[in-house]
Amino acid sequence: MAALLGRSCRKLGFLSSGHGARRTVSTETGKSLNLYAAINQALHIALDSDPRSYVFGEDVGFGGVFRCTTGLAERFGKNRVFNTPLCEQGIVGFGIGLAAMGNRAIVEIQFADYIYPAFDQIVNEAAKFRYRSGNQFNCGGLTIRAPYGAVGHGGHYHSQSPEAFFCHVPGIKVVIPRSPREAKGLLLSCIRDPNPVVFFEPKWLYRQAVEEVPEHDYTIPLSEAEVIREGNDITLVGWGAQLTIMEQACLEAEKEGISCELIDLKTLLPWDKETVEASVKKTGRLLISHEAPITGGFGAEISATILERCFLKLEAPVSRVCGLDTPFPLVFEPFYMPTKNKILDAIKTTVNY
Amino acid sequence: MAIWFARSRNLISSLRHNLCLSSTILVKRDYSQRPVFTTSQLSSTVFLSPYVASLRHESTAAEKQLDLVQHSDDQEDALQELDFPGGNVGYTSEMKFIPESSARRIPCYRVLDEDGRIIPDSDFIPVSEKLAVRMYEQMATLQVMDHIFYEAQRQGRISFYITSLGEEAINIASAAALSPEDVVLPQYREPGVLLWRGFTLEEFANQCFGNKADYGKGRQMPIHYGSNRHNYFTISSPIATQLPQAAGVGYSLKMEKKNACAVTFIGDGGTSEGDFHAGLNFAAVLEAPVVFICRNNGWAISTHTSEQFRSDGIVVKGQAYGIRSIRVDGNDALAVYSAVRSAREMAVTEQRPVLIEAMTYRVGHHSTSDDSTKYRAADEIQHWKMSRNPVNRFKKWVEDNGWWSEEDESELRSNTRKQLLQAIQAAEKCDKQPLKELFNDVYDVKPKNLEEQELGLKELVERQPQDYPPGFHV
Repeated sequence: MAALLGRSCRKLGFLSSGHGARRTVSTETGKSLNLYAAINQALHIALDSDPRSYVFGEDVGFGGVFRCTTGLAERFGKNRVFNTPLCEQGIVGFGIGLAAMGNRAIVEIQFADYIYPAFDQIVNEAAKFRYRSGNQFNCGGLTIRAPYGAVGHGGHYHSQSPEAFFCHVPGIKVVIPRSPREAKGLLLSCIRDPNPVVFFEPKWLYRQAVEEVPEHDYTIPLSEAEVIREGNDITLVGWGAQLTIMEQACLEAEKEGISCELIDLKTLLPWDKETVEASVKKTGRLLISHEAPITGGFGAEISATILERCFLKLEAPVSRVCGLDTPFPLVFEPFYMPTKNKILDAIKTTVNY
Repeated sequence: MAIWFARSRNLISSLRHNLCLSSTILVKRDYSQRPVFTTSQLSSTVFLSPYVASLRHESTAAEKQLDLVQHSDDQEDALQELDFPGGNVGYTSEMKFIPESSARRIPCYRVLDEDGRIIPDSDFIPVSEKLAVRMYEQMATLQVMDHIFYEAQRQGRISFYITSLGEEAINIASAAALSPEDVVLPQYREPGVLLWRGFTLEEFANQCFGNKADYGKGRQMPIHYGSNRHNYFTISSPIATQLPQAAGVGYSLKMEKKNACAVTFIGDGGTSEGDFHAGLNFAAVLEAPVVFICRNNGWAISTHTSEQFRSDGIVVKGQAYGIRSIRVDGNDALAVYSAVRSAREMAVTEQRPVLIEAMTYRVGHHSTSDDSTKYRAADEIQHWKMSRNPVNRFKKWVEDNGWWSEEDESELRSNTRKQLLQAIQAAEKCDKQPLKELFNDVYDVKPKNLEEQELGLKELVERQPQDYPPGFHV
């Protein structure tokens, strides 16, 4: 129940960069936008700034099932913004071909749950395109966008967080924004980055998250984590929608005298080890939280790396608060999810170890 | 609703009166809706000959050949159509299934008979002496190259090799029919296309040895050639992945209004992959200028085509995607040349994909890791090697024209052999890639984790050199 309440309070006031945190985005104010509107703005800017850029995928023509591509076809024409047949391996393969010819191919996979038919094209082709050719060819202009994560009622096939599969693939980048303002800047960086990128958008936040988003063209650097809340007792690391839950846990922990430092990883591959390492060397404790199932999840990579780098500074084992090792369930979603209270419990256990 | 209308004409007539039905439901069959494979007026270009014009009209004849639906129309049914989201379709009260196969297989286009003589009244694009001799030389060179590299693998000098024996006509004649700006996305049995475009024997050898001069920087197995200078995408081992990529490449060329198309190759086995379906469907729907060339050589490693599909080969699949298609004798260099040339023109001027199924036989083993006598008869292989050899067949035609002699033949073969042996020796002796190339090009810029790993490995190699092969300078 608390989890559901927590989710319904997911307005973005909580997630704006906290006191003293490193600011990586211009503080210039803009309009209040939700996540899909911010992504839409990024796509408008991307297509406007490079005439050799394309947006395509299933149903993007009319605006997309999540409205991220609204207005693009009308503005840039059906030659540049178009629907494709229902075939993810075709969508990504076609995008690789376009990108290999020097274009920017911004591809949409309708739900991250359906990205798997394209896994061969992403792993065996896109990720290795530059390396295997001795840098004669590359498909750096490829950006794959996909909505991911829990939405309250999505079940097995509209809720998955598949980021871990992709973090294991040298040659691609994996980026996950936490909010509208972040999403716009990160997406523009991904589109312009000369490497193929998989960009997972937290679908829960498409409408729920509202934030002031600067209207101009700006980018947020990849592979730079951000400390969005400073603290001294424990470091928490997360990405995407989960950060809102984690921040609520941090606020409650503070009432009990526990000072939490919260880090948004943003780019999972290649990830910013230095920022997390510096934080854990300060706090001596680490907690990682993600919606994806715990076994083999990306939290394991962060845990292993931090253990190697910070072993003697650690006061407690690294804690992971994650999804259960089950397919994403429907009626059991509140039990499956890494909730605020599960995180709070883990914070206390870690601090009291 | 459609079924209700189909029941009886009287019912329909009365409904028409009573319900003021739209007249579109009961309209005379409109043939403008049927797909018609005529070509639009091609812009006149110098090299198109009248033969091409006749070939164009042949494509509409093909449509009639492929018409599998046998209409037993009575007059009344012909007048009635139903409209559905996909367009109007006529309907019939006769329940008739389209047969699983045509009474007759799609015939194979050929120009030269087995003795290398032009079949009377053939459609084909004439080939000049200069072009014909060059084509023959390259086919013979490819043959010699294959034999020598194969032997080099047997001797342990290179780790792996794939021959194109039996498919020299497809390799060379298709390449000769393209323009250098056409972007080629190969599978792996098309080195002849790269050879035609000017890749040298030394460059082939360098890739096979993975030495310092290899453009691929030693990262992939032998035969995974690639050259951006020659518009030949780097080969990758996964099958058919290049097909949807070719659709994207073609689309890019179209958007940039280039006088070029994408050309991509696949074997009979590869057409079973999902990427075949994806590639053809995308190219058709998005109207990309792509020529899909399927080398139907009868075998996918040990899997005969009878275990690969139950259709009449690959050519019949084209129409399923709305793609114009032709079946050609892949061992007939002139036929392959004409078909690819025409297909390329259609693709570029009409901005559409075209499918070519080139029938042939894989004379060699699948690769040096295969012994095909384990799954097919040795005399089958011999038969194709000797009596159905595309190189000999074309040679006869070139010789009959007085353009080639036995002296030319022995000179070419011995020179090529010498050149290859020298290339192999040089490639073998050439320095290895420096160790840093292990870490470059994973991304455009080396990320921190790779910088750390490179430092770690350098230190390790210096400390324990005996664990590592020599010659990789740090």
